[in-house]
Amino acid sequence: MLAALEVTPAWYLVLGSLLFGIGAIGLLVRRNPLVMFMCVELMLNAVTLTFVTFSRMLDDIGGQTVVVFVLVVAAAEVVVGLGIIVALLRKRPEATADDLALLEG
Amino acid sequence: MVELFVFAVAGLVCLSGAIGVIASRNPVHAALSLVATLFGIAVLFVAQEAHFLAAVQVIVYAGAIVVLFLFVIMFLGVDRAEDLRVEPLGGQRIAAGVLGIGVVALVVAALASTSFEATGISGDVGPLPEEGAYDISLLSEALFTKYVFAFELTSVLLVIAVVGAVVLARRSRRAEEIVDPGQEERAEQVAERIARAEARARVYERNPRGGEAGGAAAAPADEPAEEPEEVTA
Repeated sequence: MLAALEVTPAWYLVLGSLLFGIGAIGLLVRRNPLVMFMCVELMLNAVTLTFVTFSRMLDDIGGQTVVVFVLVVAAAEVVVGLGIIVALLRKRPEATADDLALLEG
Repeated sequence: MVELFVFAVAGLVCLSGAIGVIASRNPVHAALSLVATLFGIAVLFVAQEAHFLAAVQVIVYAGAIVVLFLFVIMFLGVDRAEDLRVEPLGGQRIAAGVLGIGVVALVVAALASTSFEATGISGDVGPLPEEGAYDISLLSEALFTKYVFAFELTSVLLVIAVVGAVVLARRSRRAEEIVDPGQEERAEQVAERIARAEARARVYERNPRGGEAGGAAAAPADEPAEEPEEVTA
């Protein structure tokens, strides 16, 4: 019975959208800035999975090339974002996303 | 058959890791769940014959980014479990859940509208490697010929990120000497606002059902002493 099931690229696309949705929910629900950041990484990874799947569907290496750039941008984003979080949480270790409203001039 | 098994296992690891990220109370557990998801995605990359990207995924994400997360968590000592039962904004979780499910439904509906086929034309970067060939040579060829300008730009981006991180994370000695002319005034305003909020909270405590009694006048705005820290912090 199981042999009849064939893994089509559509499965990967649906899995990618599910991961993206979970990441989006986490970003909206969680208040810890570090965990929110991890949710952003989750969403980025869902998108890279989709890129690789489309690359296979279209038989084009371009999708995989984009994934390399996404990786670089994600690394840069993590470095700067964690720098901000370190600067913030060093002053107030209990800070949540709500407290960032205090940054208003 | 094998592909189905690989997809099922890796997909399950991905999804359970993702749920672990958003549901675990401790940030360290969330980071470790993130590693599980990233590994699952690396396995799915291998299943789709993107071997180089799978290796890079493990090295860069699991090896560098998550370690950086864990390093920050440990460095700041914020690895305490937070109480997820409190929900400061009423109905936020339900709204977020509805939004997230809506996003997934929209994406799946968009995919289903083309019966899960890729539409549009293929780019002119080049086809995937044939059976037995290496994807890394084709990828590098695309990176260093067609996308060489973007590739150089990413190096600029990385340099800027490094400089930005150093500037942000450095504990500046001069920052304490900088005089902010409006600081005292703003500190007073903030103290006033906080005192008013505390007074309201006290009135509410005394009379939770509503503001019929003239409790507002009875609430003195004491202890504004520690408030200026709010501004300097």
